[in-house]
Amino acid sequence: MKQAGLSGDGLLVFVKAACETCVMVQPVLRDLARQMPDMTVISQDDPDFPAALDSVDDRSLELSFRHDIEVVPTVIRFRDGQEVARTYGWHRADWEEVSGRQGLAPDLPDQRPGCGSRSRDPGAWEILMERYGDSNIAARPVPLGDWDDDAEACYDRGWTDGLPVVPPTDSRIVRMLGGTSRKPDEVLGEVPPNLTPITVEKVAINAVMAGARPEYMPVILAALDAALQPEATMHGVLCTTCFSSPILVVNGPVARKIGMNSGINCLGQGNRANATIGRALQLIIRNVGGGRPGELDRAVLGGPGKFTFCFAENEQDPSWTPLNVARGFAPDTDTVTLFQGDGIQGFVDQRSRTPEQLTQSLARSLMAVGNWKLCEFTNAMLVLVPEHYAIYRNAGWDRDRITTALHDALRRPGSDVVQGAHGIGEGVSPDRQNDMVNKFWPEGLLIVHAGGQAGLFSAICAGWTGGRFRHESKTVTREIKPWL
Amino acid sequence: MAVTLRDPTGEATSLLRDRTAPLTAFDGKILALMDIGKMRGDEFIDRLEQLCTERGVATRRFKKPTNTRVAPPEMIDEIAGSCDAVIVALSD
Repeated sequence: MKQAGLSGDGLLVFVKAACETCVMVQPVLRDLARQMPDMTVISQDDPDFPAALDSVDDRSLELSFRHDIEVVPTVIRFRDGQEVARTYGWHRADWEEVSGRQGLAPDLPDQRPGCGSRSRDPGAWEILMERYGDSNIAARPVPLGDWDDDAEACYDRGWTDGLPVVPPTDSRIVRMLGGTSRKPDEVLGEVPPNLTPITVEKVAINAVMAGARPEYMPVILAALDAALQPEATMHGVLCTTCFSSPILVVNGPVARKIGMNSGINCLGQGNRANATIGRALQLIIRNVGGGRPGELDRAVLGGPGKFTFCFAENEQDPSWTPLNVARGFAPDTDTVTLFQGDGIQGFVDQRSRTPEQLTQSLARSLMAVGNWKLCEFTNAMLVLVPEHYAIYRNAGWDRDRITTALHDALRRPGSDVVQGAHGIGEGVSPDRQNDMVNKFWPEGLLIVHAGGQAGLFSAICAGWTGGRFRHESKTVTREIKPWL
Repeated sequence: MAVTLRDPTGEATSLLRDRTAPLTAFDGKILALMDIGKMRGDEFIDRLEQLCTERGVATRRFKKPTNTRVAPPEMIDEIAGSCDAVIVALSD
């Protein structure tokens, strides 16, 4: 068995014992070897294959990677150190042309397809690239010691949200970059709070760490795009003393394509896409933007949504106007909507049977957002579950009517909500004493349809207090750009 | 085999500078009072301004347009260029 060294001139033949076509052409290879001393056979899986030939052991697949082998057998002709011809599979005429030898194995069929190269097994190429190639990754390499634990190393460097992350190795980053057609060096904007420029590659690195799959990349990029819009006020959402974080709602066919959860337990744990898309955005804010708790993140209590808060809307009910359509996009447009909000306030109503009853009931709970007496101060997201929505749907109420009815039910006399009323210091300005006061801005109540089929338990997510600046801090919806 | 990771951060290193020495006295100095736009920040700055005035300390007031976004670089430059120290009303 040859151990090393390949001639720059001659013929290279890549084979594997597990390939029936390679097994079939063994007599041809032995025949060529007798005629061509400058031929080298390279075996991907068994150094004793082909029988009676002194092959080069390429179980490491380094040579297969360096010669970009996709199929075995592959025959390559070199002249003066340069590749001048290549063929793959068994095709007599091609082999004769590349080898320069005529009359090869007349008893074999004229042609037979080969098998996949082991260097192209799923997941192999990226790892081989990491070992033997140039990944062209621009980010600073961080070599670990022989005995370092890679998960601990990430934590020690301050790169995690407190939970373990997937260590960002070149092979994983390259695989993640395969999830988008955008160039790795494309600058996407400046990430607050430090306003640090971010590239697609940095998104991919943080997506790897979040545990995302490459097919989530377009959604993650759109979520970041939303967060970078000025009206998303990501700087304030991160630096605030309040509880808030970006809450991401995904609409469109992409949500189903990547397996997002819009149904049972969709605001909870257990779905990889939901969990990691939201987490990727949070890690980007932390690692690229510099938004670390206790530093620029000044949250008094914070909230679990600061790990991740992302789900898909249930678009299965044709009577429901999905959020993307309500926000001006064509049906079936893939979108991410970013709402600046807090955790979940459960809404329990198992007794209301009419839309009027349910509206009054929901309004009473929505009044608690922020503070019962604060108005036009925070926005709110209402996650309406199927059984609650069914009460509206069965009475012919659609999204617009529900929204309008809730706003009407949430309008109160100023005397009820001014500072000091009911012996409570908090409240709206005393000059609103004689007004009728809305709880939310007209666009400040966002309704999303999601959740399991059984259970009269909807959810209210209070908006960030920055929502009181109506024209500065707004919900943002961005289209998810498809693979180009 | 040792693993090599890739840096997920912005890789934006700050210029290392010596910390400006704290003022030992306010004589002839100008103190910037900066309101970042949080609730009741103005009350805090009002009181500080009053206390400074009573003691003959010169002040200049600054206010971020909104606490939801970063301070305009021009404002930061103006504070750095025209004042000797700054007090920032950071929170509620």
